[in-house]
Amino acid sequence: MKDISIYQLISSYLFVIILLFIVRKRGIEREKEILIASIRMSLQLMIMGYILVYIIENPSPLLTLLILIFMEGFSIYNIYKRAKVNIKFKLKIAIAISMIIGTVLSIAYFLFVIINIYPWFNPRYFIPIAGMFIGNSMTGVSLGVNRLVDDIRKRKDEIEAALMLGATPKMAVKNIIDSAFDSSILPTVNSMVGMGIVFLPGTMTGQILSGTWPLVAIKYQISIMLGVLGSVAITVMIFLYFGYKTYFNDEAQLVVDE
Amino acid sequence: MFKLTNVKYKNILNIDYLEIEKNKITCIIGESGSGKTTLVRLLNKMISYDQGEIYFKERSLKDWDSIELRRKVSMLSQNPVMFKGNIRDNLLIGLKFSQRPLVEDEVLKEILNIVKLDKDLDENIYNLSGGEKQRVALGRILLLPSYVYILDEPTSALDEKTEDEVIKAIIDYVKKNNRNLIMVTHSKKIAINYGERVIEVSKGKIKE
Repeated sequence: MKDISIYQLISSYLFVIILLFIVRKRGIEREKEILIASIRMSLQLMIMGYILVYIIENPSPLLTLLILIFMEGFSIYNIYKRAKVNIKFKLKIAIAISMIIGTVLSIAYFLFVIINIYPWFNPRYFIPIAGMFIGNSMTGVSLGVNRLVDDIRKRKDEIEAALMLGATPKMAVKNIIDSAFDSSILPTVNSMVGMGIVFLPGTMTGQILSGTWPLVAIKYQISIMLGVLGSVAITVMIFLYFGYKTYFNDEAQLVVDE
Repeated sequence: MFKLTNVKYKNILNIDYLEIEKNKITCIIGESGSGKTTLVRLLNKMISYDQGEIYFKERSLKDWDSIELRRKVSMLSQNPVMFKGNIRDNLLIGLKFSQRPLVEDEVLKEILNIVKLDKDLDENIYNLSGGEKQRVALGRILLLPSYVYILDEPTSALDEKTEDEVIKAIIDYVKKNNRNLIMVTHSKKIAINYGERVIEVSKGKIKE
């Protein structure tokens, strides 16, 4: 692939300079944020670039696993932070368990069964795939958490009415679980609809830019999209399964702490 | 049927002794905030008492599986909850929740007749008024072959004439089918007219 020289790279900052100029002239107070965002993006990517070079030149199972653990940890932390309300400890456990089980299973199936990489820790495949699976699952679970916490609170009467008639907790929350699941996977499903027409997805764009034959690139893209969908669905399902249980005690009573 | 000894629940309820006998229409009265609802929620095991003991059929509630108990002691809460769908769905959902066989439309129509609701089973639930919803919720619980029905203010959204008719019909139904009825009501009149046993709750204590 054609390399970009340092001068060429620097000249791409012209885009930002134009933006800063417009913003200043119109008196929109966003200069600082734009500047910080551009600098942060550049620095973060530069660091990431060097890290990736190191990892790819020195592939090791330990390093790959460390990065996997870091990504899992960061995504779980992100879900906690993105929650609109304070989430209780038990629910945090449910989030962590579901993220780890759901994504690791999907990543393993994808890497070892579908594309069959060698060696198993090959960072060129392992890291970007794991990143996409974990990132999308994080978004899904995040939506699921907010929806579950919200709905259980709002629809408390409905859950209790069902319990009073002799429903098991599982039956009493079935509707809530179903709609939380639905709204968690919907963004992923929707993103697949416009793919290839409205926009070319990231993996494919990158591969084509780096010289991959488009027909190979789309095969990767298709299998990655299906894998991502599966990973989101499995992760959200596991989360909801453990998540709703944190709202009931051993006496099948609804426990919503205000 | 129920026996309570030294039952305490938070600062809300403190009952030294109370027995609720079977085959007697029991009315629970008291001012709002006196602990009536808390008392019946304890009986249906929606909450658990902190101290003392409650027995249902001579067995401590602690030894009853909550779900099994609630299938024998079914409760209707103050605000009638409706589920998505039509009247038929809403009547049948109690049977579904308690995992019992569903019934034919004929049976559902009889139930609607008891709660004095002249509506089509296919009518969407969102078209109903508050009073109509309350009667659907009543019909839903009466369909269950439970041992006891606990009804918390079952007729609060009905006018006096309908209220009277509905309660009369419910009591007939309960007696005919050999079931038991515990009813929370704010209306002393109903308690006096229909209650074979009236329990008054006042500031978390029993006052008879």
